[in-house]
Amino acid sequence: MADGHAESSKKRDEESEEGLDFSPFWGIEKGAVLQEARCFNESQLDARRCQQVITKLLYLSNQGDSFTKVEATEVFFSVTKLFQSSDSNLRRMVYLIIKEICPSADEVIIVTSSLMKDMNSKIDLYRSNAIRVLCNITDAGLLGQIERYLKQAVVDKNATVSSAALVSGHHLLQVNSEIVKRWSSEVQEALSSKNPLVQYHALGLLHRIKQNDRLAVSKLVTQLSRSPLRSSLAQCLVIRYVAQVIKDTKVDEVTGERPFFDFLESCLRHKSETVIFEAARVIIELNEVTTRELQPAVTVLQLFLSSSKPILRFAAIRALNKVAMNNPSSMTNCNIDMESMISDQNRSIATLAITTLLKTGKESSIDRLMKQISTFMTDIQDEFKVVVVEAIQELCLKFPHKHRILMNFLSNVLREEGGFEYKKTIVDCILCLVKSIPDATEAGLTHLSEFIEDCEFTYLSSQVLHLLGELGPSTADPGKYIRYIYNRVILENATIRASAVCALANFGSCSVALRARVLTLLQRCLYDNDDEVRDRAAFFLSVLRTIPETDSECVEDPLIYPLAPLEASLRQYLENTGDSAFDLAVINQIHNNIASHPDMHASAFDCSSMNISSTKNDLRESENIITSRGEFMSYGPIFKVSSYSSSVVNSCHAVDLTEAETEYKVTCTKHIFKEHIVFHFMCSNTIEDQILENVSVVTDPIEGIEVFAKVSTIPLGTMPLGQFGSTFVSYKRAQGLHPVAKMACTLKFTSKEIDPSSGEPESEGYEDEYTLEDIDVTVTDFLTGNPLSAFRKVWDTLPIENEKVGDYSLGTRDSLGEALEAVVGILGMAACEGSEVIAPHARSHTTLLSGFFVGGHSVLVQLNLGMGPSNSVAMKLIVRAEKPYIADMIHTLVSEA
Amino acid sequence: MSGLGEIPGVLNVLLLDSDGKRVAVKYYDQKMKTLAQQMKFEKEVFTKTQRNNARGEAEIALLDHHVVVYKFCADLHFFVTAHVDENEIIVATVLNAFFDAVSLLLRGVVEKRAALENLDLVLLTIDELIDGGIILETDPNAIANRVTMRGCESEATPLAEQSLSSALAIAREQLTRNLLR
Repeated sequence: MADGHAESSKKRDEESEEGLDFSPFWGIEKGAVLQEARCFNESQLDARRCQQVITKLLYLSNQGDSFTKVEATEVFFSVTKLFQSSDSNLRRMVYLIIKEICPSADEVIIVTSSLMKDMNSKIDLYRSNAIRVLCNITDAGLLGQIERYLKQAVVDKNATVSSAALVSGHHLLQVNSEIVKRWSSEVQEALSSKNPLVQYHALGLLHRIKQNDRLAVSKLVTQLSRSPLRSSLAQCLVIRYVAQVIKDTKVDEVTGERPFFDFLESCLRHKSETVIFEAARVIIELNEVTTRELQPAVTVLQLFLSSSKPILRFAAIRALNKVAMNNPSSMTNCNIDMESMISDQNRSIATLAITTLLKTGKESSIDRLMKQISTFMTDIQDEFKVVVVEAIQELCLKFPHKHRILMNFLSNVLREEGGFEYKKTIVDCILCLVKSIPDATEAGLTHLSEFIEDCEFTYLSSQVLHLLGELGPSTADPGKYIRYIYNRVILENATIRASAVCALANFGSCSVALRARVLTLLQRCLYDNDDEVRDRAAFFLSVLRTIPETDSECVEDPLIYPLAPLEASLRQYLENTGDSAFDLAVINQIHNNIASHPDMHASAFDCSSMNISSTKNDLRESENIITSRGEFMSYGPIFKVSSYSSSVVNSCHAVDLTEAETEYKVTCTKHIFKEHIVFHFMCSNTIEDQILENVSVVTDPIEGIEVFAKVSTIPLGTMPLGQFGSTFVSYKRAQGLHPVAKMACTLKFTSKEIDPSSGEPESEGYEDEYTLEDIDVTVTDFLTGNPLSAFRKVWDTLPIENEKVGDYSLGTRDSLGEALEAVVGILGMAACEGSEVIAPHARSHTTLLSGFFVGGHSVLVQLNLGMGPSNSVAMKLIVRAEKPYIADMIHTLVSEA
Repeated sequence: MSGLGEIPGVLNVLLLDSDGKRVAVKYYDQKMKTLAQQMKFEKEVFTKTQRNNARGEAEIALLDHHVVVYKFCADLHFFVTAHVDENEIIVATVLNAFFDAVSLLLRGVVEKRAALENLDLVLLTIDELIDGGIILETDPNAIANRVTMRGCESEATPLAEQSLSSALAIAREQLTRNLLR
């Protein structure tokens, strides 16, 4: 004990020497303070002492000491006794600690009466504090009791009380918005208070009460924008509300003027910097802001740039940085001011200035700018450097001619000290530039190979080595990189050595001249003491030796197999353990399937390669099959008269006609020719012990018999096991009629069972059939999208007498976007001139659609959508087409959908 | 600006010493409720700003999703943080109100020792400055008056009911308070 005491006093001495000793809370302990808190229960209260104890309790909780539930309850109960004291300073601390403890609902009741009494006290500060505390700890039930007082307090003549009630109103909105909404007339009255903060709190609350009533908000904003408010905070709020209203309303189409823009501009001349800046901020963020609108805002921000206050400079440069992203030309005047800010004391400001300059910079000013930045780079922290490097990357992509100076800059900073994140950013930046600017490749690779000579980050070294292996062999002098790479093999850790081996092998396989040298080097790697490195070296050695001497081909990159299917097929292989070796071709097959659909989820391949999904690839395959068949040659030439499309107008999505997991799999693809339609059935057998021969699909029109006449059926000899065979049915379409049909389909075939003992099929089979799902042919099948850049021009060339107009009700929809999507989905036409984008909160919208009907007939649609009060959407459809019957068809299509 | 709509909000108010240790803090940010998160945040804020000279005008920095406005005085570091999109000048107004009110209450001796000795006043200042993330008052004089409960004493209990000595004591206390302000 004595030792401990001596030690602690020694420690105290040390601390006092450093001047850190004194703290009134030195050696404070929770247990002791809780003991002290008993003084709250004494009959003669010592206000001063109680105040100190409360402070100690608050200190503890502020330092992160937590009180247990029991402790907190105990403290709370004793604190409530302190309401007996009339000392106002002690009362203030009591208010504070009650909020801090946040008593539970059943405990609140103890202080409620005391607080209610204070709420009606003559002393303003008691009233205001009691309101705040009570609203802080109250629950919805109690709220009813105190509501009357709160309502009164809102219009109290004392500003503190009024503010307290209003701010509490803000918090209560989350608890019980109904009650607060009843205060609206009192809040309105408080809005005209002389006290700026009361005005501010009242405005905020009033807007939140009314925010769901668009009309009321717009009225409020209009009224407020006419007469400026006393409080600058409240004025900022008005500006924010105005910004919202602007966002929801359209630009006046006649004058091109924005509503309320005058108001925003007038706020730029306000006497308070806060308001000026708020207005400038809002103007900059306006949708599709014009240079003319930006100008006054940019001018005031420019003035802020030379302010003595760092906050103003920062705020201005951050806002200008945003302007620079979209409208760099509108702020060229600021460039000089910004250049002087590169040396700003506050590095955040300096960094923002640089990145802004890099965005607004012209090609001619880059050299000067880079010189300035180089001096600046040494004395900023990594996180700022990262931002600068990223901005430089953008700049270099913008001005590829300047790659030399920018690349030099990057290589210089790469050589300097820096953490991983920073170095990684630079390397990524160089990688990006090397890949996108061909001229920069050699310089970039050289810089990078020098960098790995002295790089402490394994990850970056491996990445660079991989890039060298990828791009190095195709450069003018690949030999020079070999030295850099082999040095890594000698000097680095196993991970980097392995990467280096791969890079070397790439050189060996791509360059005939270097192969002998690479082989020698790889040979040496065979003695490496790491397994992975040796394995890779041995693998590449054997691969390289198999390449004919005069050939150059890249070593197959192991990653050309996509990982997900590779994993799936390996799993399957392991489960089915046959004796055969794993066949990589399976993956390739799957891989090809997804090549055209990279976004398809990998799980689609879990089943097997047989699970043919309706990818574009299948359609193209199917299209190839069709065009390669002689039978349909005669349909093609007729159609080729049209100059718009390939021989097949529209190969619709393949449709599964059988349910998944049946004995036979049949999918159908529709091919539309000018006058014909060909159904292409892809059939597959999934049962091993039977053979299906003489397979055909019999189609029988249920609807549309008058439009489509069967021309021919091409059967399939045998239905292959696990693979697809094709059978076709073709129809001729009668012109000018509504091309809608429904076909019943039946799969017919001869089934032969395989004798399990001999493995031979039986000689005699039996005929069988299998009912497939019906096929629908719709007008949409005969329509393709044709995006036009000049819709109006084409619209006017189409005969006006062919125009058909119709009104439709689309029912209740969540948004216009959803309604539009549905209609476009039905029509399958393309939206023109970006008219498919609907402004947020828009109540009406016009979309232009364009497409071709089979035979190369143009169809144009103007689609007017409007949303009614209860979100019911009405649509007006104006269709023009070369032939009147086509326009009618569009209307039928919509009305039937 | 979660839950408050367009109303400018303050996320956190921090008063740290020159080692980055807490003197007084108040978190309104709902995403930073645990002590560990708060300590991490304080460390980040402190290390990011400590090298700047913010002894004259308030300075500013960006930190993840916070804009941090700060001011140093002797061994005290004052911080007010807000949502990254908040109007910086409003945040600075709050910081200045905080600083000036503390300065008034500590009678111009703005240093750690004085702040700890009068920790009650510092905590009350924060309480009068911000209520649940909403700016309550930005006038330092008004804040200081409310913290010291000016204007309550005389009305609390009628003078006649007090003993002479306690009346004198109160009078003396009030006098010194007024003189030193």
